[in-house]
Amino acid sequence: MSSVITRVKQKQIEQLISKGKRLDGRGLTDYRAIQIEQGIIERAEGSARVLLGKTEVMVGTKIEVGEPFPDTPNEGVLTVNAELVPLASSTFEPGPPDENSIELARVVDRGIRESKAIDTEKLCIEPGKKVFIVFVDIYVLNHDGNLIDASALAAMAALLNTKVPSYEIEEGEVKIKPKYTPIPMNKHPVEVTFAKISDKLVVDPWLEEEQIMDARLTMAIDDDGNICAVQKGGTGYFASTQVLEAAKIAIEKAEEMRKKLSW
Amino acid sequence: MSQKPEKLIDKKGLRVDGRKPDELRPIKIEVGALSNADGSAYIEQGKNKILAAAYGPRELHPKHLALQDRMVLRCRYHMATFSVQERKSPAPSRREIELSKVIRESLEPSVFLEYYPRTGIDVFIEVLQADGSTRCASIVAAALALADAGIPMRDLVVACSAGKVDDTIVLDLMDAEDKMGTADVPVALMPNLNAITLLQMDGILTLEEFEKTVNLALEGCRKIYALQKEVLKAKYVSVKEVEE
Repeated sequence: MSSVITRVKQKQIEQLISKGKRLDGRGLTDYRAIQIEQGIIERAEGSARVLLGKTEVMVGTKIEVGEPFPDTPNEGVLTVNAELVPLASSTFEPGPPDENSIELARVVDRGIRESKAIDTEKLCIEPGKKVFIVFVDIYVLNHDGNLIDASALAAMAALLNTKVPSYEIEEGEVKIKPKYTPIPMNKHPVEVTFAKISDKLVVDPWLEEEQIMDARLTMAIDDDGNICAVQKGGTGYFASTQVLEAAKIAIEKAEEMRKKLSW
Repeated sequence: MSQKPEKLIDKKGLRVDGRKPDELRPIKIEVGALSNADGSAYIEQGKNKILAAAYGPRELHPKHLALQDRMVLRCRYHMATFSVQERKSPAPSRREIELSKVIRESLEPSVFLEYYPRTGIDVFIEVLQADGSTRCASIVAAALALADAGIPMRDLVVACSAGKVDDTIVLDLMDAEDKMGTADVPVALMPNLNAITLLQMDGILTLEEFEKTVNLALEGCRKIYALQKEVLKAKYVSVKEVEE
């Protein structure tokens, strides 16, 4: 996911960060402007579009009836998928999901799954036989860095906008009725991503910061300030003190971010 | 899947396999387990049985992937179909693709890639039997395979998991603890540089528990590192003896 960045600009970004400043005027722990729109795709059971600075992500949810996993017969199924569509960046190519889109989907998935955000037991129709499957599909529309946080926020906003159809069982067949209830939610996890640049932690890296960062660290935080998922990325490393510093900042930032979601 | 035991920690504070919370499973490592590879290692950790092989530095195919200023490190983590209870499809799963990526990123900081421009090195990891924390055991073996291939490295990379089961923070999670525990935190470390090169977590932990868990995993890393260093040295001591 890299394109060319000049040495001069790289130096400039690094030197500013080592002084606690950033090229776009933000402080090290500031997010870019966040805009959330919900319910923009009528055909989807839920949808949301998130703008994080110039990064733009759309998430649509679909609900279908399917089989539960054998080890969780009483629970609905969550499936998260991410598409880095070629219109979002000159570095994205059409084709099957690459490791970047798979990682993006799995990190968003982990935040929702591990925090037990969705009350999946309420999505069971017939134990062991039929449950609702919730598809959360992430479409990156414009890539300007920090796709993880934007996607996680859009996924939560879309889920909060998702409606589950009601049903009747007639002769063993599930009949879907055009009556809807909101999807049962327990928690509202938010993901906070850091880039390590000039040995400092920078929240919400934009594209050029991502291109020069040493390493990346994402933490998903639930409503009670617990950590529910962590993912380190990139080819660099972190000191253990940095990891704990990141966790503390993430808990603070997640609280702020969660206020942008309404339920 | 096996039946869930009543409790993962018994009244004496011992785990399902009788370990204390901060105890590692028995580990056996062999360096140079495969004759065709430029470097290789085999690790057994509990019931985990994992082979890692390094091929390179060599010409990179396809050629357009080559980089002018450094070697390209590629990594493939793969599980054998018979390595788990239910047969796994041989095609790479999304989990395997993600793990291949994070394992590669955990090894990359240790290798002097700039010494071999325009070349590539492949690290292949084959999980023959899985018993929890396979990514950590894979990293331990893969780092040894790279070292065994004679690749200049800043440090070895060592990895260990810690987590929370039944309200207790424990070291080196086995399969049952991984599946039924509250949280799992795999960590990889370059021990002499104090650099964390892999950090993941799933589950739910408070900030205090997270700190404790990461520190326990780091302690585990240091214990495994001593073993890693010992087996690597031992291989070259025995080579010397044969020459004499």
